Amino acid sequence: MAKTKRRSVLKLAGGAAAASMGGMAAILATGRMPAFAQQRTVHWLKWVDFVPATDTLLKKQMMPEAEKALGIKINLETVNGNDLQPRITAGIQSGSGADLIMSFNSYTHLYANSVVDVSALAEEVGKREGGLFPYARAICSNGKIFMGMPWAVIGGMIAYRKSWFDEIGVAKFPDTWDSYREVAKKLKAKGRPFGQTLGHTFGDAPGFSYPYLWSWGGKEIDASGKVVLNSKETVESVKFMTGLWKDGMDEGGLAWDDTNNNRAFLSQTISATLNGASIYIETLRKPDQYKTEKGLPMNKDILHAPLPKGPAGQFGFHLLQSNMLMKYSKNQDAAKEFLKWLHTEANYRKFFESQKGFATPCTAKWESDKLWDADPVMTPYKVAARLGQAIGNAGPPDAKAQEVLSKYIITDMYAKAVQGMPAADAVKWAEAELKKVYV
Amino acid sequence: MAVTALSAAESKRLSPRLRKLEDERWLAMALLAPTAILLGLFIAYPFFEGVMLSLSSTRVGEPGHFVGLKNFHKIWNDSIFRTTVWNTFWYTGVTTVFKLALGLWLAILLNRHFKGKAIIRAFILLPFIIPTVLSTFAWKWMFDPTFSVINWTLFQLGLITTRINWLGDPDLAMTSIIVINIWRGVPFFAITLLAGLQTISPELHEAAAIDGARPWQRFWHVTWPLLMPVTLVVVLFSVIQTFADFQLVYVMTGGGPANATHLFATYAYQLGIGTGLLSEGAAISLAMFPFLFIIVVVQLLYIRRVETR
Repeated sequence: MAKTKRRSVLKLAGGAAAASMGGMAAILATGRMPAFAQQRTVHWLKWVDFVPATDTLLKKQMMPEAEKALGIKINLETVNGNDLQPRITAGIQSGSGADLIMSFNSYTHLYANSVVDVSALAEEVGKREGGLFPYARAICSNGKIFMGMPWAVIGGMIAYRKSWFDEIGVAKFPDTWDSYREVAKKLKAKGRPFGQTLGHTFGDAPGFSYPYLWSWGGKEIDASGKVVLNSKETVESVKFMTGLWKDGMDEGGLAWDDTNNNRAFLSQTISATLNGASIYIETLRKPDQYKTEKGLPMNKDILHAPLPKGPAGQFGFHLLQSNMLMKYSKNQDAAKEFLKWLHTEANYRKFFESQKGFATPCTAKWESDKLWDADPVMTPYKVAARLGQAIGNAGPPDAKAQEVLSKYIITDMYAKAVQGMPAADAVKWAEAELKKVYV
Repeated sequence: MAVTALSAAESKRLSPRLRKLEDERWLAMALLAPTAILLGLFIAYPFFEGVMLSLSSTRVGEPGHFVGLKNFHKIWNDSIFRTTVWNTFWYTGVTTVFKLALGLWLAILLNRHFKGKAIIRAFILLPFIIPTVLSTFAWKWMFDPTFSVINWTLFQLGLITTRINWLGDPDLAMTSIIVINIWRGVPFFAITLLAGLQTISPELHEAAAIDGARPWQRFWHVTWPLLMPVTLVVVLFSVIQTFADFQLVYVMTGGGPANATHLFATYAYQLGIGTGLLSEGAAISLAMFPFLFIIVVVQLLYIRRVETR
């Protein structure tokens, strides 16, 4: 038997490689990387979903499916919602980072110069699915381009304890601020106040203070962009808030972040709070851990209702998520293909169903989906995207409106009054701050 | 003779480039170069960039143009910024006094001989060693409006009947973050001052004692003056760090309620990252500079005076 020497094997392999590929010299001559290193990659950065099942679905099932269908390598990264903005800023300033990044609310307007227009896809999906809601359009488009592809609305509704309301003879959640205050007062007297944050926290604080302001008829600016916050309506709303706070709210709320009210509700120290559906979903996930004082599963004792009406109507400000395709991305075509794939009905449905109502889609068609009948407790969330009102009312939710939001000026106006500043002064302070933004 | 011959032969073997290093000036430059490059790259360059940024109208994704002192003018008229300046001074001042007093007290106690001295010294350092974000989260639970263990204890002891709203009340929120900062900073003071104490010769104390000095007099006339240079350096470090503190406030309150706990760094972050106004964020960060510069210069001059005395 002939002996195979190491050297001869190497020669043979080298020869074969050279024969088939023209050797290293040939690769260098083309000036391109060899095919195996050339596979297109899309890096998608999104928040850590409050519904863990969705992230599992995306990572374990949907991304491999997308890779197979599109021939693209998908790199899905999840980070805490609060960490998205530093990552976006770093990406834009350094010109490198994730190709697709999830945006919250008006981030889209802040980064309008650094993203790629996705109008074509947004309009196509809107047309196919019965129309894009004005709320999503206002936040994702500046009238010229779509800065983000509308993904979903995380609705904010009041979660409340049915049995505690029954005990004081209230069968339905109050639908005006007066009755809201009255019920809160009765429940606070029994050691079960309503809970609401007026702290510096991105979700629940503006989610309450903005719609509250609008429902009284207060507005940040008028249609021409003039600051009109200091109005009789706004002052009334602030006065009412100070009374409401004393009468019916958990006074610790001034310091709450987005998780405090969840914990307070789950540990039965408050009877109602504005929130995404995460409280209810948590009680569904751990029915043995969360029980009422009577030992019954808490998930059978939770209902949801929208924020009450004020003299000027009923409003909601919900977290709208979209995906921005970054201008610095070197994989724009692949990222567009991937977005298109995500938004095909069959694929989007998988995401939608995994959320069980936590996320409300941005197009009309889904509002009549049978998912909303599956659990009546979640049904109120189906109109979140339709009824949402964007910040910067009555102007656009642009970068200036976002500056007012991230400085917490509206929320702090109420917080200052609750801490003892006269209502008129608190409004004057907020108006002065707004004027510095809307120069 | 043999030695000279050898060194002459050696220098002949050296390459011309290396021979240059025989000259002290070149050698000094060569030895200083790495440090100078590092300082230039990581301190001078970012600082220069920061200054340029604060003088421009840069937003995230928009390069902007030179606008002179407009950003500084804007923040000067910003009521939140003025609150921030006041908060930062109050926060730094109060914490530094307490950290120094408690740190010195602890250092003097630890300087005595007792059983388990080494272990206790190691334990004292714990607050300083634990990553700030982690320990601050633990404190956040302790000051939680609903579940505060401090409230629970006070309630059980019959000292309070209603909850204390630690982080919801503006003054209490500031007090809370001051307490945490002191807790975190005392070990640094204690250990550094302890090191300083150990350099003071016991003979000086003995001599003073023989002359009839009481313990307080021995501290005031022997320990304190000799410890002064170390103390000043520690205070200097601490003031700089506290002035620019970020993590603690960011985790505890995010600057709330109603901006009652905003410091320079948290407000700069809120504007720079939260709103994309990079230039204004830079202006706020830089607004710290003159204050810190004055503090540092005054202290360094004082240290020099103390040392040359």
